[in-house]
Amino acid sequence: MLSPDKIDVRDDVSEFEAISRNKSRVAISLSAVMIAMYFGFMSMFAFAKPLMGTILAPGLSLCILLGASVIVGSFLLCLVYVVWANRFYDPAVRRIIG
Amino acid sequence: MQAANNPLAVTFFFVFMALTLGITYWAARRTRTTDQFFAAGGEITAWQNGWALAGDFLSAAALLGIAGIITSNGFDGLIYSIGFLVGWPIISFLIVEPLRNLGKFTFADVVAYRLRQRPVRVAAAIGTLTVILLYLIAQMVATGSLIKLLFGMPYTASVIVVGTAMLIYVIFGGMLATTWVQVIKAVLLSLGGLVLALLVLVHFDMNPLRLFAAAADKYGERVLQPGSKVAGSGWDAISLGVGLMFGTAALPHILMRAFTVPDVKEARMSILYATGIIGSFHLLVFVIGFGAMVLVGPEAVIKAGGGGNMAAPLLALTVGGNGFFGFICAVAFATMLAVVAGLTLSGVATVCHDLWVNVVRNGDAPEREQLTVARIATVAIAVLAVSLGIVFEGQNVAFMAGLAFAVAAAANFPALLLSIVWKRFTTSAAVASILVGTFSSLLLICLSPTVQVDVLGRSLAAVSQEWWFVPMKNPALISMPLSFLVAIAVSLVTQEQGAESSFREMRRRIMFGAAGAVCPER
Repeated sequence: MLSPDKIDVRDDVSEFEAISRNKSRVAISLSAVMIAMYFGFMSMFAFAKPLMGTILAPGLSLCILLGASVIVGSFLLCLVYVVWANRFYDPAVRRIIG
Repeated sequence: MQAANNPLAVTFFFVFMALTLGITYWAARRTRTTDQFFAAGGEITAWQNGWALAGDFLSAAALLGIAGIITSNGFDGLIYSIGFLVGWPIISFLIVEPLRNLGKFTFADVVAYRLRQRPVRVAAAIGTLTVILLYLIAQMVATGSLIKLLFGMPYTASVIVVGTAMLIYVIFGGMLATTWVQVIKAVLLSLGGLVLALLVLVHFDMNPLRLFAAAADKYGERVLQPGSKVAGSGWDAISLGVGLMFGTAALPHILMRAFTVPDVKEARMSILYATGIIGSFHLLVFVIGFGAMVLVGPEAVIKAGGGGNMAAPLLALTVGGNGFFGFICAVAFATMLAVVAGLTLSGVATVCHDLWVNVVRNGDAPEREQLTVARIATVAIAVLAVSLGIVFEGQNVAFMAGLAFAVAAAANFPALLLSIVWKRFTTSAAVASILVGTFSSLLLICLSPTVQVDVLGRSLAAVSQEWWFVPMKNPALISMPLSFLVAIAVSLVTQEQGAESSFREMRRRIMFGAAGAVCPER
């Protein structure tokens, strides 16, 4: 994150680097979570079929629960990113442009 | 069957055609520049673009195909639904902002930004056109046989009607008309899906679990469990996942929509809306598929023909009567039109912007000439799509849609990502990676059971003895890492001063857009 005392410094280049690094960190972390979530699910589907077929309640198996969670989770991750970008990233970029 | 010449279906179809042609007439008067033709002048709002992205992406396979797989196999259909969604967050985190700020009309703008224009544009055009043609063939053949089934119209006539309608939308109305066709279609499709799912759930106390339990009572618990429908082996399923996730993030017609909105923020928001719409729709399809299993029955669906594709329409007939059946048939038709129009437009952008302007004309061609080339390319692609649709009648081309995703993942995604994040990435590496990604995917699928067994009809036992045999039906797990490896290896053995020195300028432009890219540097 940008430290508040640096914002007013006219050090455009280092501030650009800081925002850019921060942005990459958020984008890469969220992508890693997304990839882990999806391929975790697919690996279980591919290699742990009996476990995934466990019936948790009438009409609900583990694979249905996890599958629906991946769909909802994908949307939530997008939402987290958009909220972060709108609240923190965009204002920080605007501060540099002035 | 009564699908043939259902008068309500035909009425809905004419209403849709009249509406979309009216919009095309309106859009044609606002389509005078290339920016308007390819990007609707950048004046589409995030909300509209979100719906249009959903309209571009949700093919007839999403409603008819996946519902059919769920009706006959149960849970396995959800694997496709999930696969079609998980690429969207990746677009949002890694792709959309650089794309919007660096590009003009195509994703090749981004790859070629720091690199030598001509070789990169030619390679990107090969990758893009391969994806688009494969996808178009799959769509056209599905369209022809579905319209035959839904409206009783002969196959060749259906393909020609779809090809002509899409030609009119694109050639006169460009991106603006295409966007509105996609928005209308996506709204109709979501509405149809929602009503159909609700009409099913009414029978089960509005509780999906009661519906799934009823299916398990009738057809056994296996319908709620992973089956073997999706992929032959475990690794094959992972390979399917790689292709769907990274292929979605690199589909040319989807990426192109990033240029239709005014700025990065709107582009980002439109991906969020699209993800929400597509995700909700797939959850509805899961209910619809199980609804058809319990209320219509897999046997009746198979008997209706079309390889299980009639599950959703037959369910509509059962729970909503003839009128709703006609509505769902018309929605399925609108769906196909919107998808082929989007595909065609992105193919035209590649031919005109990448090949004509940046390769033939060296980056400088008058607006009028560009529009003329774009319109000639539209006719050419439409004629090609219709002819291929007719040539492939009755062939098993279902694999081509999946292959299009795999080629996008292997050819487009590595080059797109590396050009944004890696300073050392060079022209030779981009070209090599795109070509290796495209041709290795095509070769692998030709040597796999997908082509050898499903298309050529050879026996699995016989081909699996051959030394060249590839056991996986989905190539992306091999072809995408291969493409990355080639890109990295070639970059390391080549040097490109210009590409490295403009990396910093590119990063500034990704953050600030075209106007802020020339900020002072120390």
